[in-house]
This record gives sequence, structure tokens and C-alpha cells, in this order.
Amino acid sequence: MSPADTLSAWVAVPVALFLFLGGTIVVTGTLGLLRLGDFYQRIHGPAITITLGAGSILIASMIYFSALESRPVVHELLITVFVLMTAPVVSMMIMRAAVYRDLRAGHGAENGVFGDAYRPPADAGPPTDPAAQQEERLR
Amino acid sequence: MNLLLTVAIGFALTCVIVAMVLCTVRLLLGPSAPDRVLALDTLWMCTMLLSLMLGIRSGQSLYFEAALLIALIGFVSTIGLAKFLMRGEVIE
Repeated sequence: MSPADTLSAWVAVPVALFLFLGGTIVVTGTLGLLRLGDFYQRIHGPAITITLGAGSILIASMIYFSALESRPVVHELLITVFVLMTAPVVSMMIMRAAVYRDLRAGHGAENGVFGDAYRPPADAGPPTDPAAQQEERLR
Repeated sequence: MNLLLTVAIGFALTCVIVAMVLCTVRLLLGPSAPDRVLALDTLWMCTMLLSLMLGIRSGQSLYFEAALLIALIGFVSTIGLAKFLMRGEVIE
């Protein structure tokens, strides 16, 4: 017997709705991560998964456990706040790294398009940034 | 009504697992290093959601702590990887 058997319809219907919504959104976001063409398009996909999909499943979990234990359970707010605070930071860090690598590899603002190939052009001069020199040495 | 809840939990669990498979495909395909880091970050998030879904299915709140830990470690590891992509080393 599953613990869900004791719940009433007033709890089961919102939890099921949020779970359907969350599952669909999670798959949509990762499908975008798989199917989109460029890195700068691909970074938009997981944002949907992290914010809206995770938020829906966390709300469903909150309602479910509150009904199951007959008291307000707001543990999931911790995860929600943490994820909503850290997701933009992570996106910004990855995006800055990608832009830095693209610009250093020569796919810059001169053609207006950030390519997804990271090999430097043949006529590129030696990098002048000390961090870039260090990367060249490490490569 | 409990059938509805069971179906919804199974559907969401399947969706999260399918999302993890898609992230793994992008992680293996990814033409550039930031693509792989992005796919790994999404994989961490999907793992956290999988832990939450297992907690909902079993009715135990023990899985919540696991989900919180997975979210924390995922954030730290992704920041480290992004910093490595940027600078070539993690701790300067």
C-alpha cells in the first residue's frame, strides 16, 4: 500500500497537475538543450528546466508532504530559494567563459556571429592577456 | 483519485529520467567544452529532481536532504568547471 492512498482528491489533483506540468517542462528544457543549434541558443533550454520545471516539482512535493504529515512542510523552500539564487550565477559564469573563449579564439564581434567551433584562425597573433598565455601553455 | 496520483508520479519520474538521458547525449555529443559543462549542470539539476521524485513516490522525507546536498554540490562543481574554462585553473 502506497502512502498516497490516504490522500483526498483536494490534494491529489493539484499535486498531479503540478507533477504533469513539471515533468513536461523538464523534458522540454532538456530537449532544447539537445536540439538547438548553437551554444548561445542552447543555454536558454536548461533555464526553463531549472526554474519552472524544478519549481513545479518542488511545489508538488511541498503540497504532498504537507498533506501526508498533516502539518505545513516547507523544507522544499530551501531548495527553491537556493536553486533560484544560484541558477543565474551558474548561467552567467558559463556564458562568460564561453564568450571569453570565443573572443580569444578569434570568433569575435568582427563578424557578429559567435561560431561553435573553437579553433583559432591561422593569422591570429599571440595572446597578450597573461591568463590567456597561461591557458596556451596549459593546452 | 489515487490512481491519478500514481500515474502523475510515474509520468514525472519518467520525464525526469528521459531528461537525464537527453542531457547525457548532449554531454557526450557536445562540440565545445562549455556545452559539456552546461549539460553536466543540467544533469545535476535533473538528479536533484529525480531524488525529489523518489521521495514523493516513497513518501519519506529522507530524500529531501539528498536533494539539497545534490543541489549544493552541483552548484560548487559547475562554478569550478566554469572557472576552469575561463582561467585554466580553479584556485589562483
